[in-house]
Amino acid sequence: MSVDLAPTTRPHSDPPRPQGGGKSARAITPTGRLSDLFWRRPALLVLLMLVPPALWLGIVYLGSLFALLLQSFFSIDEFSGLINYQPTLSTYAQLLTPANLDIIVRTVAMSALVTLAAAVISFPIAYVAARYATGRWKAVFYLGVMLPLWSSYLVKVYAWKLLLAKEGILSWLFDQLRIGFLLDWWLALPVIGGSSLSVSYTGTFLVFTYIWLPYMILPVQAALERVPGNLVDASSDLGAAPRQTFRHVILPLALPGVVAGSIFTFSLTLGDYIIPSIIGSSRLFIGQMVYQQQGLAGNLPLAAAFTVVPIVIMGLYLWGARRLGAFNAL
Amino acid sequence: MRSEGRAPLPLIIAAGAGLMFLLLPLLLIFVYAFTTEERSYVWPPPGLTLNWFAVTAQRPDVWRALLLSVQVAAVSTAIALVLGTLCAAAVSGTKFFGRETISLLVILPIALPGVITGISLRSAMSLFELPFSFWTIVLGHATFCIVVVYNNAVARFRRTSGSLVEASMDLGADGFQTFRYVILPNLGTALLAGGMLAFALSFDEVIVTTFTAGQQQTLPLWMLEELIRPHQRPVTNVVAIVVVLVTFVPILFAYSVTRRGEEIAGGGR
Repeated sequence: MSVDLAPTTRPHSDPPRPQGGGKSARAITPTGRLSDLFWRRPALLVLLMLVPPALWLGIVYLGSLFALLLQSFFSIDEFSGLINYQPTLSTYAQLLTPANLDIIVRTVAMSALVTLAAAVISFPIAYVAARYATGRWKAVFYLGVMLPLWSSYLVKVYAWKLLLAKEGILSWLFDQLRIGFLLDWWLALPVIGGSSLSVSYTGTFLVFTYIWLPYMILPVQAALERVPGNLVDASSDLGAAPRQTFRHVILPLALPGVVAGSIFTFSLTLGDYIIPSIIGSSRLFIGQMVYQQQGLAGNLPLAAAFTVVPIVIMGLYLWGARRLGAFNAL
Repeated sequence: MRSEGRAPLPLIIAAGAGLMFLLLPLLLIFVYAFTTEERSYVWPPPGLTLNWFAVTAQRPDVWRALLLSVQVAAVSTAIALVLGTLCAAAVSGTKFFGRETISLLVILPIALPGVITGISLRSAMSLFELPFSFWTIVLGHATFCIVVVYNNAVARFRRTSGSLVEASMDLGADGFQTFRYVILPNLGTALLAGGMLAFALSFDEVIVTTFTAGQQQTLPLWMLEELIRPHQRPVTNVVAIVVVLVTFVPILFAYSVTRRGEEIAGGGR
C-alpha cells in the first residue's frame, strides 16, 4: 500500500460526511459507510475477522498449552507433595529412569507396529478402490471406510471388547474351526500373550490398528488416484511386467500417501490412553502415564514432561515426513 | 488412475478381507443389543429380546447424559461455526503475514494428541480456579470443532470464484448485502456439512471431556465408565446403538449435502 495522505485513506479521522458528499450515494447509511470502509481498507476487515478466532485459540488453547509446558520445568517436592516453583530440569531427568523409559519405548514400539500393520492392510483396499472400483462398488468402498472412521470411538472399542472377550466371538470362531489350540498357543507366548486376548498386547495392537486404519486408507487412496494413467501405460509399453510397473512406478508415487497416513496412525497411537486402559495388559502407555500423574498422583510437572515426549517425537516425524513430500498427499 | 479389466484375485481377496475387518465389528454392536444374556459377552447370543430398549428408556442417568451431550454439542457447534467461518474467510480472502501460522493454529488442537489438549485445559482451569461446569466442557469442545468447520469453509471459499463477489459489487450491492445474498448462500451447504461433522465430533468426544467435565457425565463418559467397570452390560449395548445412530445420521446427511452442493457448482473436481 502506498503512503497517501488523501483523506479517503484515513477514514477513521473523517468527520461524518454530508449526504452525497462521498463518491457513492450508498454511503449515507451507516452499514453502507462501514462497507465502504472495509472496501478501502481490506486489511481492517481481515483483522476484524481474525480477532475472535485468534483470541479464542490463542488464549484458550495456546495459553493453556504454554501453561502446561511451563509446569514441566517445575518439580514436585518429595515430602510435601506440593509443586516447587523453582525452574529445574530434574523433572525431565525423571523421564530417563528405567521405568519411565520403558513406557516411552513401549508406546513408540506400539505406534510403529500399528503404523506398519495399517499400511499393509490399507494398501490393497486403497488400491482396489482407486484403480478398479466403479459405480456401486466405489460407493461401497467409500462407505466402508467412512462409516468406521466416523462412528463413535468408544463404540468401536466396545465392539472389540465383545470380540476379544474370553467367551467372545473370536474364541468361539477359533473353536468352531477346530483351531482353538492356535489361539492358546499364541496366548501362551511371553510378552504378546496373556490370559485372554482382551488383556494382552495383541488385543491392544488389534484395536489400535482397527481404529486408526481409515486414517491410513484415505491418504493412500488419494495418492493412488493421482498416479497418472499414462505413466502406467508408458511403463508397460517400455516392456515392464505388471509387477515391475507396480514396484518401480506405482509404489514410489504412492509412498507420500503412506507417509501422510502414518502421521495420523503414529500420532494417534502415541497419545491415546483409553484403548490401552480398556483392552490390554496393565502395563502403561504414555497417555495413561500423563493421565495418572495429573490425576491420582497429582504430579503435574511429571505429567507435563511426559506430554512433551509425543510433541517432540511428532515434531521430528513431521520434519522427516515433510522432506519426503508427504504434505502434498494430505 | 484407473486401469482396465479385472483386479487380480489375491488383490480382491485382500481388499475384501480388509473391508470385512472394517465393517463386521460395527454390525456386531447391533446384534448384542438384542441378546438375552446379561452377565457376559457370550457368543452366539442365547436368545433375542427387545426388552433392553425399554429398560434403557427408563434410566434417568442415561437420559441426563444424553441431554448434556446434545446441549454441549449444539453450543460448541454454534461457537465453532462462527469462529471457523470467520477464520476461513480471513485466510482465504487475502494473503497476509502469518497466514500459515493461523491455519496451523486452527489445526493444532486435533493434530496434537487429545490427552495434551485435555490436560492443558485442565491445568489452565485449575490455575484460574475455574470450577467445572457446562461451559468448561464447551470450552474444550469448541476448540477442536473449529477446525472441522474451518476445513469445510476454506474448501468452499477456494471454489467460489471472486468474480461473483465483484459482479455483486458492480451491481450496486454493498459489502453486507454481498455477504447476505451472494457469499452466504454459496457457503450454506459447506457450513451445514461442517456443522454436522462438528456436532458428531463433539457428541462423540471422550478424551478431552474426561479432563474438563469434573463430575458431570456426557454420554461418552457414561459409556467409558461402563467399559472400565461393567455392571449393566445390556443397557450399555443399547446406548452404544443410540450413539452410533446419533453420529451416523448427521454424517450421512453431511455427505449427501456436500455432494449435491458440488453437483450444483458444476461438478467441481
